[in-house]
Amino acid sequence: METIFKIIEILKAFLLDIGELSNFAGRFFKEVLKHPFEFKEFLRQCYNMGNRSLLLVAVTGFIIGLVFTLQSRPTLQEFGAVSWMPSMVSISIIREIGPIITALICAGRIGSGIGAELGSMKVTEQIDAMEVSGTNPFKYLVVTRILATTFMLPILVILGDFIAIYGSYLVENIKDHVSFLLYYNQVFDALEFGDLIPATIKSFFFGFAIGLVGCFKGYNCKKGTAGVGLAANSAVVFTSMLLFIIDFVAVFVTDIFYDL
Amino acid sequence: MNTFKNNTKHIIEINDLRKSYGDNHVLNGFNMILVEGENLVIMGKSGSGKSVMIKCLIGLEEPDSGSIIVMGKDISTLEHEELDELRTEVGFLFQGSALYDSMTVRENLEFPLRRHTKKFGVIKDTTPLVMEALENVGLAHTVNLMPEELSGGMKRRVALARTLILQPKIILYDEPTTGLDPITAKEILLLMESIQKKYNTSSIIITHDVDCARAISNRMILLVDGINYAEGTFEELISSKDPKVQAFFK
Repeated sequence: METIFKIIEILKAFLLDIGELSNFAGRFFKEVLKHPFEFKEFLRQCYNMGNRSLLLVAVTGFIIGLVFTLQSRPTLQEFGAVSWMPSMVSISIIREIGPIITALICAGRIGSGIGAELGSMKVTEQIDAMEVSGTNPFKYLVVTRILATTFMLPILVILGDFIAIYGSYLVENIKDHVSFLLYYNQVFDALEFGDLIPATIKSFFFGFAIGLVGCFKGYNCKKGTAGVGLAANSAVVFTSMLLFIIDFVAVFVTDIFYDL
Repeated sequence: MNTFKNNTKHIIEINDLRKSYGDNHVLNGFNMILVEGENLVIMGKSGSGKSVMIKCLIGLEEPDSGSIIVMGKDISTLEHEELDELRTEVGFLFQGSALYDSMTVRENLEFPLRRHTKKFGVIKDTTPLVMEALENVGLAHTVNLMPEELSGGMKRRVALARTLILQPKIILYDEPTTGLDPITAKEILLLMESIQKKYNTSSIIITHDVDCARAISNRMILLVDGINYAEGTFEELISSKDPKVQAFFK
């Protein structure tokens, strides 16, 4: 019986969190259209986020492309279908692996960073100081960060995809001496708009979710340094869950329009 | 420090202020008047509602009931823009300084200047104003440093410079000497005194530091259980026979 009560409590807390997150998102959409737009801060955040995650996304993308090709090669060889490697790699990376892995990395890197930064600003009264200074802290801190993650994530995804495919090409080049031009020709031959567009749109939603949850957790951080740690940690956990839910919905919607 | 001349112009009036968080009744009908040019010290134990009161005063917290009139304006009736405009006249020194970590000292001082364009217009070169404010607190050489490079006392002084840069008529100090060593605390007190003389500001100082109260106060209010329990000059209160009042000075 006690376990059931515990589960109900957890469920209640989760639903409350969802409700508050929806309110937070509503406030974002209300504030984003209001004047003045903090363009300088938005650019600063774009630079910070892109710069902070670039190397990590690049390295991870490269290794995934490399490992993915190495692991699938023997199976394709058994069926005499190694020539299908570029098509298989490109479709799986562009459609699914690239966006979701990049988003998960950014959730860990950017989402936790935003949660910790805003949480610490909240605890040290910097957000209050901003309000007293005649600045709308929600607009200055939250809106700019959410917009920055929304616009930067698709760029990081495209970059990660490209590097992952390059990693895959390297394996093919070492094993079968396939030229760069031939490999990339085969990659692009296999791709259609139906692969690229949904993946890119999905990446915008991933970016929005990372920024939204990070800001929500940090901005509503409870007092104390423990609260900052908790904000950073729960931002990552909550975002990761949300990313998979968005991915699940995105695949269903894509299936309706493009008949996967 | 009791050189305050009797001036009857009320710059802040708080009437029957109440604020609760669930079952926790923090303010239970607090009343207060701040006269122009006065240094009013509010003392109270931790959790007695001092910081909540001061945050209600600047519009950071919304009271459940009661009225707060600042320079003739009831802040509960003000639109957000009007409240922002009023905030240029009310400086707030936060307990932990609240300097923006990601900005240099110069950017910290420029931040309110660039926001409150109605008071000063659009300032192309903020350097003279920034340097003047920093010189007032004796820290002109820190202009390009980051907050993490400053000591606790220096941070407090830079925060005071940031408060002063908007040339406010009222300054609210939230525990200005807490967490500082006695020498630095004394420096801050002297600075507060010199600022009051130079700019003729009125101040509310929230503290539980008796030395701070002795040095700076014209008048004091003791806050107990969310109401003003006792009021008077430092000398009047320290000689009180009431055990609750005595407890503050022991």
